[in-house]
Amino acid sequence: MFTTVAIILDGFGFAAWLFLSSVGLTLIYGVMRILNISHGGFYALGAYSAAWAIGLYTQTGNTIALTYLIIPVAAIVVGILTGLLVERGLLRFMYGHEEVLMVLVTYAVFLILEDVTKLIWGTESYVAYQPAFWLGTVDVAGIPYTIYKFLIIGIAVAVGAGLYWGLNHTRVGKLLLVVIHDREVSAALGINVTLFFTVTFVIGTTLGALGGALTAPEISVVPGIGAEVIVMAFAVIVIGGMGSIGGAMIGAVIVGFARAMSVHLYPPVEMFSIYLVMAVVLAVRPYGLFALAEGRKI
Amino acid sequence: MKDFDKTEWALVIAFPVLLALMVLLPRWLVNYVQISMGMGLVALAVMIQMRAGLVSFGQGLYFCVGGYAAGMADKFLGISDIFLILILAVAASLVLSGVLGLLLRRYREIFFAMLTLAVSMILFSLLSSSHGLGSTDGFNLPQASYLGWTPTGETGTAALYVLTALLTLTSAALIHRFLRGPVGKIVEAIRENELRVEYLGTSAHASVHATYMIAAVISSIGGVLWAMSLGHVTPEMANWTTSGQFVFIVILAGTGNVIAPLVGTFVLEVLRVYAVEVSPNTWQMILGIVMLLTIVFLPKGLWSLLERASKRSLPHEHAQEQSQ
Repeated sequence: MFTTVAIILDGFGFAAWLFLSSVGLTLIYGVMRILNISHGGFYALGAYSAAWAIGLYTQTGNTIALTYLIIPVAAIVVGILTGLLVERGLLRFMYGHEEVLMVLVTYAVFLILEDVTKLIWGTESYVAYQPAFWLGTVDVAGIPYTIYKFLIIGIAVAVGAGLYWGLNHTRVGKLLLVVIHDREVSAALGINVTLFFTVTFVIGTTLGALGGALTAPEISVVPGIGAEVIVMAFAVIVIGGMGSIGGAMIGAVIVGFARAMSVHLYPPVEMFSIYLVMAVVLAVRPYGLFALAEGRKI
Repeated sequence: MKDFDKTEWALVIAFPVLLALMVLLPRWLVNYVQISMGMGLVALAVMIQMRAGLVSFGQGLYFCVGGYAAGMADKFLGISDIFLILILAVAASLVLSGVLGLLLRRYREIFFAMLTLAVSMILFSLLSSSHGLGSTDGFNLPQASYLGWTPTGETGTAALYVLTALLTLTSAALIHRFLRGPVGKIVEAIRENELRVEYLGTSAHASVHATYMIAAVISSIGGVLWAMSLGHVTPEMANWTTSGQFVFIVILAGTGNVIAPLVGTFVLEVLRVYAVEVSPNTWQMILGIVMLLTIVFLPKGLWSLLERASKRSLPHEHAQEQSQ
């Protein structure tokens, strides 16, 4: 009973974190057909900037509540600035190339962002536990669980619902679906595809940075977190089907629970279980659970 | 010997040159030559897959299999004979790539790239959490022995250097033959248009699988040689960032010739030594910028510059050979 509750709580906790860290990746892939390896770099930038800003703010000794505002603000500022810089400054010149070449381009961007992070914040670790600590814990069936985790679960649900609503019930979202479906026809219809690409990329990178910023209070922010998260995020979106937001949600829940189960039942296989789930899903459904089949071009 | 082409002659000549370098160059530089030969084989493995349009972001998997085969042979079986170790490593990589290939050969482009990455990360995470193998710290390897002869000190280093040079050059020559042979040609055709390859009556899956297995074997040989000369293995060998470096080498050097990734690895290793000393926190940034510049301005890598130069000087007879 104890273990079951713990698995369920941690499963949703992991799932929320995974969804927030990977939804930007799947969004960018869905719209732009770019598998953005630099997503890990944006995650790290978000985590560092939030941890750094929280550290500065708590030293001033001002009111606590504002700290929770710092997290999204840091993520949005970093995500928009660097996202715009990367898309306008580099990626837009590369559109139309093969998908696999874009992987290499974004890998190069990832390498650059890694060192930018090191140059700005150095190589020592940053700890910004305060936002998670201040909220305290709550007992769920006898297990103390940090309220901050519930907050993250709530934010993950809100982001997922917001994206779903935005895509399916707003004019812009519907136009975006048209662009996803056929880039050339939508350009011919007078949709500004370039603008949609820029906006999508910036939203995607901001979500990546937000994932990092929200995680910052729970971990110690060190170099290398970006390289770890990109692999995990890829596992999540590939299970659900790349480009599908619903798929990312399902993928996050599957991976989250696989990880929670191994953590509580047999810890040594924690990371292994994630890839195992992915391998099993792909062996059965080669392009993920919710991916649409595409015709082969002769 | 008489049907050797230019590349194969170059590889033959490279052997005495490498031996001369061992005597002439300072000790530390010889060390880098040796280490980059092991890594160069892995870059070569990435290169032959790149010819099929397949980017392997997980070649570190077999690099690591080779390294750990060498380490575990000594740790658990008490084997330090390098030939036995090589046989074990090749067998392990053949079995593993044979099985994984069944899954991976169905994928192309980004799916192949990311799945090879994921598979490699499985091994990384397994090794990182196995205490018997030293977790993330890895463990040390013994001095290599050669059919009962266990040289130590300077002789030992020299013996390993000679064997490394011999194996690297032989592997490169065999890979060159492979690329010129039927499967090598099919693999290039797959990159252009896979469906048409199948209409012509060949199995694209089988060719991709064969290429994948060959790449696995030479990567594991590279892993053994690298680990034996360094005397230490860590799970980091299978991390995707390690594999990313091999991809970088091939992008920079180009897929034009088997010599390109070998030379590219050495140049990169030497550059790294200086860059890390001068400014440790900008090395990856330099890599990233160079990679972007190469992709934009030299999509076929540095080797294409060499080809262009030699085409200009030899306009007629060698024009066809240059494309090899």
